[in-house]
Amino acid sequence: MAAIDQIEVQKKLRDFITETFLVGSDISSINDNDSFMEKEIVDSTGVLELTAFVETEFDIAIEDDEMTPDNLDSIEKLVNFIARKSG
Amino acid sequence: MADFTKDSLKIDSEAVTDELCRLILKQTRGIMKKGGAVVGISGGIDSSVVAALCSRALGPKKVLGVMMPEKESAGESKDLAQILADKFGFETVVETISGGLEGMDCYDRRNEAIKSVFPDFNEKADKCKITIPTNILEKETYNFFTLVVERPDGTKLSKRMPPAAYLQVVAASNFKQRLRMATLYYHAEKRNWAVAGTGNKDEHMQGFFVKYGDGGADFKPIAHLFKIQVYQLAEYLGVPEEIIGRTPTTDTYSAEVTQEEFFFGLDFYRMDMLWYALEHKIQPEKAAEVLGLSVEQVKRGYANIERKVRATEYLRMPPIEVT
Repeated sequence: MAAIDQIEVQKKLRDFITETFLVGSDISSINDNDSFMEKEIVDSTGVLELTAFVETEFDIAIEDDEMTPDNLDSIEKLVNFIARKSG
Repeated sequence: MADFTKDSLKIDSEAVTDELCRLILKQTRGIMKKGGAVVGISGGIDSSVVAALCSRALGPKKVLGVMMPEKESAGESKDLAQILADKFGFETVVETISGGLEGMDCYDRRNEAIKSVFPDFNEKADKCKITIPTNILEKETYNFFTLVVERPDGTKLSKRMPPAAYLQVVAASNFKQRLRMATLYYHAEKRNWAVAGTGNKDEHMQGFFVKYGDGGADFKPIAHLFKIQVYQLAEYLGVPEEIIGRTPTTDTYSAEVTQEEFFFGLDFYRMDMLWYALEHKIQPEKAAEVLGLSVEQVKRGYANIERKVRATEYLRMPPIEVT
């Protein structure tokens, strides 16, 4: 994935997270490598929402064994995961 | 730092029973001024222990066991509940709640959500359940939800649930626990008695209950006890072996689903021991040695329990009032 695409992916993820999980909070306080779990941004239902968004928005299929924090637990990890799946 | 051995969760069942009986008497008669206790009995271990404790504390004539089957309940639940009532001598009533659930469109609303995932789901023949990963110690994974449909010929279809379908299935299914709670309060108010909650610590603290459903009760005598401690009390109190030996299920979905695959993702012994170790700040290395696990497995177990307790805080919160 080209660098410009990564910025686009980051922006889309940030917009989605802001709208879905950060009611009344500021996305600027979330760094790209912050853990969603440790920051208590995403719970188990939130994981379903996040993966559904990623699958639809970026037209990729996430397998059950890919549902891991290593792939999905921060903006940075998500961007890398989406790049791998799209490649 | 507390010591940690394989026996760390062993209790003195006689002493615990005596103390719980004293508290049940104090809470129902002394604090709430209620004459007796109403217990929803399912034929499961938790409700059986609570009914047995209440019978011992208040006398069996001051306990009512309410069986509340619906058309998707396991057939044996009612028989086991009756065996329990016969053993401890308390009165029972059977309230079949299928009609009430149909009036609330519980089944139709749930089936609509299932059909959004499996359009050819046949509610008259197929069975369904929701599961989570049960390999939580082996791999760092999320507790995502999978819908499983079982066909009459034994075929199983499964698919990770989209959020809207998951939320609708849960919201519709929760009518079951909420109607049961309303039914218990009917019988309690009619007698000026109190409703006993039957959740154990695993369920209460990890959020495995329905807010204002099975979570709605006047007192919760075993909410501080780990599941494996509830088993010890059951043995001491003489709960029938058929009940003690039964695999704990949710009794919520038409296909049989164990509590391990639906919610906890781990067998009760390892989960309770890990949780005790976590609460007592036992180093992962020590817990790993006692439980025969790797340090990584212990860390994953600690993290999973912590996440569930944190994520379900809302369920245990009372309504927020303006102060």
